Amino acid sequence: MIEQNLSLLLVIIPLLSAPVTAILPNARSAWLLTLAVTWTCLILAGWQITLVTDGSIISYELGGWSPPWGIEYRIDAMNAFVALIVSGIAAITLPYALLSVEKEIPLEKIPLFYSAFQLCLVGLLGIAQTGDVFNLFVFLEISSLSSYALIAMGEQRRSLTAAYQYLIMGTIGATFLLIGIGLIYAETGTLNMLDLNQRLQPILDHRTVHTGFAFIVVGIALKLALFPLHLWLPNAYKYAPSVISVFLAATATKVAVYIMLRMVFGVFSDEFVRKTPTDHMFLLLGAFGVIMASATAIYQRDVKRLFAYSSIAQVSYIVLGIGLSSVLGVTAALVHVFNHALMKGALFMACGALVYRLGSSRFENLNGVGRQMPWTCVAIFIASLSLIGIPGTAGFISKWYFVLAALEQESWPIALVILLGSLLAVGYVWKIVELLFLRPASDSTATVGEAPAALLVPMWLLVIANIYFGFNTELTVNVADTAARMLGLGMNHE
Amino acid sequence: MKHNLILRVIAKYLFPVIALFAFYVQFHGDYGPGGGFQAGVILSVAFIFYALVFGLETTEQVLPPYLLRLLASTGILIYAGTGVATMLMGGNFLDYDLLAKNPVAGQHLGIMMIELGVGISVCAVMLLIFFVIAGRGRS
Repeated sequence: MIEQNLSLLLVIIPLLSAPVTAILPNARSAWLLTLAVTWTCLILAGWQITLVTDGSIISYELGGWSPPWGIEYRIDAMNAFVALIVSGIAAITLPYALLSVEKEIPLEKIPLFYSAFQLCLVGLLGIAQTGDVFNLFVFLEISSLSSYALIAMGEQRRSLTAAYQYLIMGTIGATFLLIGIGLIYAETGTLNMLDLNQRLQPILDHRTVHTGFAFIVVGIALKLALFPLHLWLPNAYKYAPSVISVFLAATATKVAVYIMLRMVFGVFSDEFVRKTPTDHMFLLLGAFGVIMASATAIYQRDVKRLFAYSSIAQVSYIVLGIGLSSVLGVTAALVHVFNHALMKGALFMACGALVYRLGSSRFENLNGVGRQMPWTCVAIFIASLSLIGIPGTAGFISKWYFVLAALEQESWPIALVILLGSLLAVGYVWKIVELLFLRPASDSTATVGEAPAALLVPMWLLVIANIYFGFNTELTVNVADTAARMLGLGMNHE
Repeated sequence: MKHNLILRVIAKYLFPVIALFAFYVQFHGDYGPGGGFQAGVILSVAFIFYALVFGLETTEQVLPPYLLRLLASTGILIYAGTGVATMLMGGNFLDYDLLAKNPVAGQHLGIMMIELGVGISVCAVMLLIFFVIAGRGRS
């Protein structure tokens, strides 16, 4: 029974436990239930990915209505990969959350906090699982609404403005996506992704389809924080509670990348992307995004904001991979989705540990803290090396594939942009290294103690994963390659 | 509003009518226009109207916030629980056919359960939102 309903259980278990968590009487029991749920999801997602890595597909009909009439969950390698990333990050965040949340969230609100966290997980996992575009929109709204609430729970009052800004931008994005879905539904009469793909092919030159496509791409680009639609992101990550910064930075934009890949290549086609100026737009905005966001990161005076800008740059790399619209480009994009989740997970966990001890992530409060909190700061250092793409780290693997994909099409400017982005990353990483290790300690940082083990262990697990996946690329590259091929890329032009 | 006799009398008469209409919309949902969402909103309107006339404290004596939170969660659990029940019976999630011996009766029962869950949740959440906004500034 479990295997038959596997793809659905992944979404239903957090959905069932979220309302239960909301009415639990105390913080510890809410945390314990959430911990159990996230680890169950991780086990199910791990099981699911073993079933589809060979290129097979799991199809699940909700309510016994067969597709294209009913909602279908259609799991291929890409869906399972994204679901594994989301549930993996959730599972590793939860042990970290216990102390951090108790410090940052008022005690009586903690059950509601974990309930919203699980709803966010439901939304992100649902997006990864579903094969129905309207269902995808609904799950996107579930994850977005709960993440607005989660960000607004931050300690400072400015988290309310940050959440409000994200709310407005996110709602515009979701509305655009919905308008686009509505237009292609009007043209085809179906919402099932596979069915849409088949029905759209003969009418790809219709103006309604073009308009719908434009709305969908812009809508997702807002969610993905693609330059120049990225302005909501730095404040949202900075003012959110530490745990939410970790979770959203590692998963939310990655899931938006998945939606982009699925809609652009899975529902429309790579041929359509090349016929319209879409691929050039992705390349241009991606290149601008890499350079502008990395350069802006150098001027930040706050560690969390700095890494938020670096997130925008990293997402722009992924968009470059999408813009190349080749198997290798999409493979690189998916590998980077995974690796970037590892890096930013570790980095924001370390930022959360600094906030836990010092109450701030601003530069002036962190002078020379590396001597007092060596484990936290070395974790930042190693994860930053991965961010730059030093050989031996996970970041190198993704940069390598990006450069390969660019050279395959002889787009030297793109390869150059990728290398320039890495150089700029060296710039902002150096700033942090200098701040943490080389400056003399101030009064507040000279006496502070190392972060507790409950924060260090999950952080270092991710740091070790950064190194491990820099050597063992079997999971990431193979699955990403299978996924890219199953999107039907390169079938028409070779 | 304590001294406004006409409003208070009319509110007392209108409350059951609004509530009855809500239940009509709720249980007639499978045959005509309506359903859990609309019914939940209408039922919450009855309570909000009552609160506007008789005050927030009086209404909270009937519906304390912890009860509303419980109801909001119960509604979702009824919805998802129906789906899990069909799964335990060996079918797919929300496959109503299995809920009764006859598939048509099963479909009726299934949609009834779902709409009931939706109605309870929507009503409770609407009231929670109203209480939070109306109760702002209270200590």
